[in-house]
Amino acid sequence: MRHPIFDPRLYQILVLASLLVYGVVRLDLEVRPLLAAAMLATALLTQYACTRIWKLPAFDPKSALISGLSLCLLLRTDASALGVALGVVAAVITIAGKFVIRWRGKHLFNPTNFGIVALMLATDGRVWVSPGQWGSAALFGFLVACLGGLVVNRATRSDVTYAFLASYLGVVFGRALWLGQPWTIPFHQLASGAFLIFTFFMISDPKTTPDSRAGRLLFALLVALGAGYVHFVLYRPNGLILALFFLSPIVPLIDRLLPGRRYAWQPLPILERRFA
Amino acid sequence: MKRLPLLLLGAAALFAVAPHALAFCGFYVARADTKIFNQASKVVLVRDGDRTVLTMANDFKGDPKEFAVVIPVPTVLQRGQIHVAEPALLDHLDAYSAPRLVEYYDENPCQIMERRMAPQSVAGGVVGGSESGAHDRSLGVKVEAAYTVGEYDIVILSATQSDGLETWLRESGYRIPQGASRALGSYIKQDMKFFVAKVNLKEQSKLGFSYLRPIQVAYESPKFMLPIRLGMVNAAGPQELFIFALTRKGRVETTNYRTVRLASDAEVPLFVKDDFSNFYRDLFAQQVKKEDQRALFLEYAWDMGWCDPCAADPLSLQELRQLGVFWLEGPVGRPGGRMQPRPDIQPQPQNVFITRLHVRYDAEHFPEDLVFQETGDRQNFQGRYILRHPWKGDDRCEAAQTYRRELPKRMEREAQTLASLTGWDIQKIRGRMNLKASGPPAEDDEPWWKAIWKD
Repeated sequence: MRHPIFDPRLYQILVLASLLVYGVVRLDLEVRPLLAAAMLATALLTQYACTRIWKLPAFDPKSALISGLSLCLLLRTDASALGVALGVVAAVITIAGKFVIRWRGKHLFNPTNFGIVALMLATDGRVWVSPGQWGSAALFGFLVACLGGLVVNRATRSDVTYAFLASYLGVVFGRALWLGQPWTIPFHQLASGAFLIFTFFMISDPKTTPDSRAGRLLFALLVALGAGYVHFVLYRPNGLILALFFLSPIVPLIDRLLPGRRYAWQPLPILERRFA
Repeated sequence: MKRLPLLLLGAAALFAVAPHALAFCGFYVARADTKIFNQASKVVLVRDGDRTVLTMANDFKGDPKEFAVVIPVPTVLQRGQIHVAEPALLDHLDAYSAPRLVEYYDENPCQIMERRMAPQSVAGGVVGGSESGAHDRSLGVKVEAAYTVGEYDIVILSATQSDGLETWLRESGYRIPQGASRALGSYIKQDMKFFVAKVNLKEQSKLGFSYLRPIQVAYESPKFMLPIRLGMVNAAGPQELFIFALTRKGRVETTNYRTVRLASDAEVPLFVKDDFSNFYRDLFAQQVKKEDQRALFLEYAWDMGWCDPCAADPLSLQELRQLGVFWLEGPVGRPGGRMQPRPDIQPQPQNVFITRLHVRYDAEHFPEDLVFQETGDRQNFQGRYILRHPWKGDDRCEAAQTYRRELPKRMEREAQTLASLTGWDIQKIRGRMNLKASGPPAEDDEPWWKAIWKD
């Protein structure tokens, strides 16, 4: 197994930041620059505050930045003062959630997923996710960048992304096959920016997925089935993020049944070899 | 350093291009060899929670006995869930929400002020209808119910297999277009029922309507969607669909296609006033092209209690109820029940938010049915185009001179805006504006430095 030479989060930050800039400048993604800036600043400040409160050894902005950028790309609020306030609250919940909701030293929810779903449920739809607002150019470029990310991350936990992709593609294409739909329909269903962010930046979060490989594969399959259930049986939007939200609490159970080694972002193995 | 190539990949990839995969309610079925087109339709979707009231109108212009409509619906409908509406309701809704033209008259720049003048709207009248027959056969097709509502004979069918349904429809005298079976099959497997309506000619002549009135159905289902796949089976070219969503919380958008705001708030040349319909038509075509035919356009999003400027009066409480806005209760508030815009009074939110969406679709670019979601966005938006009448006075104050100098530039800007919005020829536009036909106007006659130390 190869160990990462640099922190793969830097690449993720770059991809998400490029996409956000493109979304603001070129696409009608309804990302308001000021709100995005406010949300990013809030995410970083919350991370800093939590670092002090929980007395972590060092302030590390990278994860907070990834969560904040994903939040800017996915979360929509109206342009009123309340809308702006809700965006800021979402950023606080996103970051603080990972410090507060923990189980045996590991945070339970993907931060962005928790921030969005918690606020969506709490405010009865004052905030929302617009999965259809991505142009095809942005989508394709983003897909390429995401796949590039897989290469960069090869030593980290990409298995959950592969497993989720395989399972969810199975659900979507299997349904189309069963319904006798033309293939353009499942392809169209997958052509969604929200789907890509979810697959490559949310479910792949190594800090919240099960510790063992078998556990991660199982978890990915369950989330794919859950998302399919929400979309195609309940006919509700936001299947992916709802499935992840409601299935995350079973991760400790999976870890118990299928134990494995806890993940750390720092490329520790290299340090071990050098200084051991 | 491995970072650099990755940086480049990230930036370059975002500007690459890729195809995006993708597809009104029901298709018209000829019972004779008439060419049928299904071109422009209007749909009102009243939605709150899982309750939906759907009103459908098509611009069907053929012989009423020739046509039928087949619409997939989520549940078997009782007699009371089906209603026939007056087309005037949809016409009013259309006029209220249509893109509008506003006129301003430039004031004497020596005493600057601006005044707003009467708006003008483009609104089309569209009447819709349908027809079909009903027999019972053992083809896996079950006639769940049969009603006559207004001028329509309606049957609700459930089916277990698409060929059975197709055979049933054919044997009952409907011409099913080639390729319908596949789409029908997918709706059958999703446990959808089929609403089949045809015109009952006797009832129609008794009622005395010469046109087909919109059909309304009310149902409860989580599915917030419009089946458009059947409608594309026998369509000749792209079809036009207007969706008027009336909701309680806020704006409606599609979750599986891009919803784009129509280009709006542009200043255009004065002659557009006499040519507004063509302007709007060509502007829309241009926008469709720009979005690669893959988007729905938001033309209006507004709280229905008011409007500013009003292309037509807001709908009365009674009209809204007839459209199916079931959450509006209580007696009609004001005499006559009409919610007049009151410029002197703060507008009262009415708890009904309208979203007008306009889409031109075909099977290639819209493979999948339209799926919607209601958002929490109550921000107002309208398709609004501005005419500015130049001030023609002869005051000679400083500001007036500057105004006169700037005017040709402004008019040129208007010409260019119009050309880019509609794709019209810029020279012809300049000709119609009586601008010098040769490109942008000459620079200021005065040297640039004269403006610096004026005193």
